[in-house]
Amino acid sequence: MGSRASLLLRQEEIEEIQRETGFSHNQITRLYSRFTSLDKSQNGALSREDLLRIPELAINPLGERVVQLFFLEGEDEQVNFRQYMRTLARFRPLDPSQKNDKEGVNSREKKLEFAFRMYDLDQDNRISRDEVLQVLRMMVGVNISEEQLGSIADRTILEADTDGDQRISFEEFCKAMERSEVEQKMSVRFLD
Amino acid sequence: MALLTSSAVFLWGFSVFPIIVSFTTIIIPFFSSLGLCKVYIDCLEWAFEFATNRIQQHDSRQDLNGNRGEQLPDNNAAALKDKNSVALIQEEERTTLKKVRSFGTLRREFELSDCYHFCRQGIEAIADDSVTKCFSAAELPSWNLLTRTNTHYEFVSMRLTILWVIGFLFRYCCLLPMRFILTVVSVNIFLMTTAAIGLMPNSRHKRHVSKYVSLMCYRILARAFSAVVTYHNKENRAKGGICVANHTSPIDVIILACDACYAMVGQVHGGFTGMIQRAMSRSEAHIWFQRSESKDRQAVSNRLKEHVSDPDKLPILIFPEGTCINNTSVMMFKKGSFEVGGTIYPVAIKYDARFGDAFWNSSKYNMIQYLLHMMTSWAIVCDVWYLPPMHRKEGEYAVEFANRVKHEIAQKGGLVDLLWDGQLKRMTVKEDFKKEQQKEYSKLLKVE
Repeated sequence: MGSRASLLLRQEEIEEIQRETGFSHNQITRLYSRFTSLDKSQNGALSREDLLRIPELAINPLGERVVQLFFLEGEDEQVNFRQYMRTLARFRPLDPSQKNDKEGVNSREKKLEFAFRMYDLDQDNRISRDEVLQVLRMMVGVNISEEQLGSIADRTILEADTDGDQRISFEEFCKAMERSEVEQKMSVRFLD
Repeated sequence: MALLTSSAVFLWGFSVFPIIVSFTTIIIPFFSSLGLCKVYIDCLEWAFEFATNRIQQHDSRQDLNGNRGEQLPDNNAAALKDKNSVALIQEEERTTLKKVRSFGTLRREFELSDCYHFCRQGIEAIADDSVTKCFSAAELPSWNLLTRTNTHYEFVSMRLTILWVIGFLFRYCCLLPMRFILTVVSVNIFLMTTAAIGLMPNSRHKRHVSKYVSLMCYRILARAFSAVVTYHNKENRAKGGICVANHTSPIDVIILACDACYAMVGQVHGGFTGMIQRAMSRSEAHIWFQRSESKDRQAVSNRLKEHVSDPDKLPILIFPEGTCINNTSVMMFKKGSFEVGGTIYPVAIKYDARFGDAFWNSSKYNMIQYLLHMMTSWAIVCDVWYLPPMHRKEGEYAVEFANRVKHEIAQKGGLVDLLWDGQLKRMTVKEDFKKEQQKEYSKLLKVE
């Protein structure tokens, strides 16, 4: 039955979130219901356990990385509704009118930034060979040997690294991902 | 003083109680056969539509005021009513990496963009997933004038509020006491009659009387929840064997038992429930397990087999999901009851949640709160479809058979057929599924 906590989402807040993220009124209220249904402790914020309790996320090889990126926004250990919406807003599909909009919350740049952060484990704005290796290991599990993964990581760094520092910066990452159709693949169609 | 109390007891015993009993067993069924139920339901539907329209007008006014509100379609009320799926996102047809790239076993090099797929699936799961949805009450397309289903209460209009207040008073002051009395009455009748039947010697007459009594008691109990049930395909009703159904609430049992008699299966409880269990066992053979026994799969299976092979005994009623699901989907069926052999009679139960959501969210509400919700809802309206009996095919695994039955039930009831285990309500998902995904992905990569 409907959640009592949703009575707390005021009209002004909805409008603010609408301005900030571009979600519609309906989408915001429904995502708020979703947020409260995930919040088992009912304290207005989600913890890592709350998110990883979702079975489909728990079985995702990169599930924990995705969760981690929610927590980069604000204080550690708890995600409030605004942060939740901000992160989800990255995945809104691009409107045709936004083609050249670099600043929008769901712009091509922002989507690439999300993907970049997936690899950048220590948040130093550079992807090192080790980080590629670790993420690869998450994706393939035990099915590929260490040496083979190592050579894949080496090749990846080699191809993307243009300034020779053995690490991938954000600009190099964007260059490498030019043809990767990031707008389609990193978009989720939110129904109204 | 003693004279006063004893005369009061006599008064109750000989006048009031029979009046109530005759009221419930004769007068109310008479009224319902007049189609009063239909009229009641129609009135409610009208009220719900009115409420929805009001809210819609209010909402559309709001959105137009907002800066970036997306254009709402014109025919809002209609759009809402058609929305059977309450999905938040549109999942792309599972364009897994497999479909996109591989022709047969063609492998490709790793690219940094491979993480996109997992990112998107992760975000989709966070925004909306098919499993956690099943464990909380489903969203309604239109408001049914109960605060518990109104997720964003705002003052919309005076008329709506008045309608709600009238509804509230009607439900709490009129329906609730009446329903409560009915429950008390039916439980009393049940206890007395089963005690009486228990004294009868085992014979065809005993079974006949017990069947009649059980039907009557369950029907009175169903009235206590204002259950309006439509049974379809009664020719497929269970005759011996095992009857399986999807599980939404404890009331499922009452709904099914109003039309046919079943043997129940369950753990032995203490207290009030235990008393009911013992009373039931007096008139018919039911299967009650001790907690320790229920862990022993073989023992359970043996007892079920024993019961099924006896032609005099009633069909067993089992809910293979093992837990209450919110009636939008059917989750994994446990294979235990499908290993026993014999005929399986599937039954699909679908509730119309507009009049009262029967789903019991056991992590949110306890039994008493749940019963209170039930008794203050408008009505419990549901459809029951009896499906043709099914048998296990030669060489078919119990799990496959269980899935086959589940699929039939899901199709008939218009429910989503899920492979996930209902026990995920309480436990975490197994690591194996993640390993599967990792394996699938690693197959795509070209390695030296």
